Amino acid sequence: MSLEMLQNVWFLLIAVLWIGYFVLEGFDFGVGILLPFLGKNEAERRTIVTTLGPVWDGNEVWLLVAGGATFAAFPEWYATLFSGFYLPLLLILVALIIRGVAFEFRSKRGSATWRKRWDAAIFVGSFLPALLWGVAFANIVEGVPMIKNPAGGSLYDGGFFNLLNPYALLGGLVTLTLFVTHGAIFLALKTDGEIRVRANKTAGQVGLVAAVLAVAFGLWTQFANSNNTVVSWVFLIVAVVAWVAALGANRLGREGWAFIFSSVTMLGVVSFLFACLFPNVMPSSTVAEATLTIRNASSTEYTLTVMTWVAVILTPIVLIYQSWTYWVFRKRLSPSQIPNPEKGSLDLPHEVSV
Amino acid sequence: MNALDLARWQFGITTVYHFLFVPLTIGTSMLVAIMQTAWVRTGDEKWLKATKFFGKLFLINFAMGVVTGIVQEFQFGMSWSDYSRFVGDIFGAPLAVEGLASFFLESTFLGLWIFGWDRLPKKLHLATIWAAAIGTMLSAYFILAANSFMQHPVGYTFNPETNRAELIDFGAVLFQNTTVATFFHVIASAFLVSGVMLVGVSLLLMMSGKAADAMRKSLTVGIISTIIAGIAVMYTGDVQAKIMVQQQPMKMAAAEALYETQENAPFSLITIGNLDGSEAYWAIDIPGLLSFMATGNWTGPESTVQGINNLQAEYEQKYGPGEYAPYVPLVFWAFRAMIGLGMLGVLFALFVWWRTRKGKLPSGRWLKVAAGSALLFPLIGISAGWIFTEMGRQPWIVYSLMKTEAGVSPTLTTTQVWISIITFTLLYGALAVVTVGLMIRQVKIGPPESDQLETADANSGQPLTFSY
Ligand code: HDD
Ligand code: HEM
Ligand code: HEM
Repeated sequence: MSLEMLQNVWFLLIAVLWIGYFVLEGFDFGVGILLPFLGKNEAERRTIVTTLGPVWDGNEVWLLVAGGATFAAFPEWYATLFSGFYLPLLLILVALIIRGVAFEFRSKRGSATWRKRWDAAIFVGSFLPALLWGVAFANIVEGVPMIKNPAGGSLYDGGFFNLLNPYALLGGLVTLTLFVTHGAIFLALKTDGEIRVRANKTAGQVGLVAAVLAVAFGLWTQFANSNNTVVSWVFLIVAVVAWVAALGANRLGREGWAFIFSSVTMLGVVSFLFACLFPNVMPSSTVAEATLTIRNASSTEYTLTVMTWVAVILTPIVLIYQSWTYWVFRKRLSPSQIPNPEKGSLDLPHEVSV
Repeated sequence: MNALDLARWQFGITTVYHFLFVPLTIGTSMLVAIMQTAWVRTGDEKWLKATKFFGKLFLINFAMGVVTGIVQEFQFGMSWSDYSRFVGDIFGAPLAVEGLASFFLESTFLGLWIFGWDRLPKKLHLATIWAAAIGTMLSAYFILAANSFMQHPVGYTFNPETNRAELIDFGAVLFQNTTVATFFHVIASAFLVSGVMLVGVSLLLMMSGKAADAMRKSLTVGIISTIIAGIAVMYTGDVQAKIMVQQQPMKMAAAEALYETQENAPFSLITIGNLDGSEAYWAIDIPGLLSFMATGNWTGPESTVQGINNLQAEYEQKYGPGEYAPYVPLVFWAFRAMIGLGMLGVLFALFVWWRTRKGKLPSGRWLKVAAGSALLFPLIGISAGWIFTEMGRQPWIVYSLMKTEAGVSPTLTTTQVWISIITFTLLYGALAVVTVGLMIRQVKIGPPESDQLETADANSGQPLTFSY
């Protein structure tokens, strides 16, 4: 393959990794945000967290691999983006840290304060990234102030608050509401009893808000921040149509279909954003020569070739065993399956009150 | 402090912290897999109890390893963006492969292992912990390949047009002797750390009379692991030292605070002298040992070890004016802490083996204290080893190619790094308290009783054996 082909392929592959991330950790964030609202008692809250138990870490790896792949394939992009978006990224990292340990630790003790704190960590840790990934992507697509770097490549040339412009905040609300809906649909699919009913209702309500925001954001992006190509139109329409189908299936109580369609929306959204971006990876809104494109930000032909082989061999294997996990844990969970919901697994004998 | 110094502190803090959990994950996942295999093969319930107990300790640790690892993946771009630009063509590849080949494997199969007790057939369930354990080793291999490139760059060419290092031979990066030697040394020391943890915790529980028969099983596993690992660590460390003398002679000179080039160079076990080691007031030296470690010869011209002063002069000629020696006191003491504290763990395991042989059960307050704190020694030792390696490489971030000061992000402000350094320090500190607290609880509760072992059939809607 020629260098140009390889650069296109890697742009595509990174989009695929983000699709995987939005589909998978998207619902995980949604579930985390909904935890305090849909879980009315301990048994329910533990049921909700347990639906994520076997899968959240594997879902998060999509992000790590997207990060690693960006480093390997487009080092200039990795360097400029993450040093430029330093503080928002720090916030996201902190959120992911407290969220991850919270899943693992919350039920270890029975104490109500202990659990409340970790539940707050799950909520904040899911809420922040769900919002901030949208803000980040909107900024990337819109373009940010950039200058040339004396040592080669480009540098971000704005502050923290530059990133919080109205367009970007709208983008953040879009991912936030999409993920909440996607998470609610997942919960309705994976649980039984009252949680299922509540989740179904929530999905319908938040889903409508998401639809309005997403269409506004999509059109704004299409007209103001893209080359207005057919490809991006197609993805935008795919996302919208799938969303309508998802909400319809949700209303009919066809949770499996609803989940498939909302996953297709995630695919549509990410593909749309990447289609608007192409062939840039980080357009500059100030110094035009500082724009990073898939041509000037990429690794060499050799590295891209090696990495292509690695990806071609490993990705299908990963997909197979990850799908298998979902198959193993396909059964619905209900609160009655949680033994002694109030008791922590690490409560010491003198702390057990009942 | 300027942004560079702060960025270095920040990187050091987050990386050392991540690496407190990593060796325990690598070693313990495999030891738990071995114990579970013993249970599946013999059907002896004692093995199951030990598996479940150490499995839970392992998971508390694993969660911390995972969340602190996320920071690692991004901070090269955040704080070291010029470094990332310079080596991204090479360094990014092993990192991406690590994610694809091992993080997916670890995380997915551990999920299956944790929640799969009542959903998977026994043997398949056993296979999941083995897959996760292998994943941790793969992960270590790829990240160490990346690090070894920083210690000894190979398989690249410098492209003056783009002003960056470009990969020409990925095989050379993955399989150079630095990578291979480092891998075995790190893995061996991970088993040493985990072995000592098994020994300490098992002994503590035996002495408190909790599931003493099950803990005797894990004690044996721990002792064997520690002793084999101890021997392997010495051997692989020796190999690494010889490689290091060839590739980074300055690091070896600093490790021994050897200022003048000499034959038959001694290794000092204990030194009381001034801080930078240029003058010793009192020392116990083993003549020729440094020469032997570095070159394989005790005496004669073959045993010559280069001193800091000569190397400094040589590097100034080669790379221009500048300071080419690392901060000697730190490197000197880190090297000794690594060997001394790590080997203390081996001695402890030997001692416990002696005191528990033929079914004996020792007692005593001090032994309990020792058992409870034994883990700390090799854990500090393994961190010291890394601090030695990384600080000994200074002033280079990529040895002989890029200085650390050139790698820092040009856009980084002191405010930004202060914010992140304070955030991470507070957060990591708080999490350390919680994590240690939970581990102590787990040890206090001890292994499950026999009646807590049976597994339900979750597919039929019965209560789950394990839930969050
Ligand atoms: C507690 C664990 C432990 C123990 C007992 C030892 N080591 Fe070690 N050592 C490490 C844990 C470690 C490590 C995992 O921390 C390092 C850091 C980087 C690496 O590859 O392994 C290390 C690095 C390291 C290096 C640096 C390589 C480099 O920077 O290029 C050398 C030369 C040695 N070791 C040599 C030894 C020798 C001769 C030992 C004993 C006789 C020894 N180590 C015991
Ligand atoms: C896990 C064990 C490791 C520990 C404990 C460790 C520790 C450290 C420390 C203490 C520094 C600061 C050095 C200084 O300030 O001068 C440092 C620097 C650095 N290390 Fe490591 N390191 C480890 C592994 C790695 C690995 C595996 C990599 C690469 C993948 C790596 C990459 C770096 C980089 C990029 C720096 C740059 C900052 C600097 O040199 O100051 N480290 N490391
Ligand atoms: C010698 C140094 C290192 C070794 C041996 C190592 C190994 C490991 C291992 C075994 C894990 C599995 C989980 C756990 O730690 O409990 C892990 C987690 C992780 N490590 Fe490290 N690591 C090292 C340093 C680094 C560095 C420098 C990076 C940065 C690229 C990094 C990135 C990560 C990430 C992203 C995770 C989370 C994986 C997950 O979600 O499963 N590690 N590391």
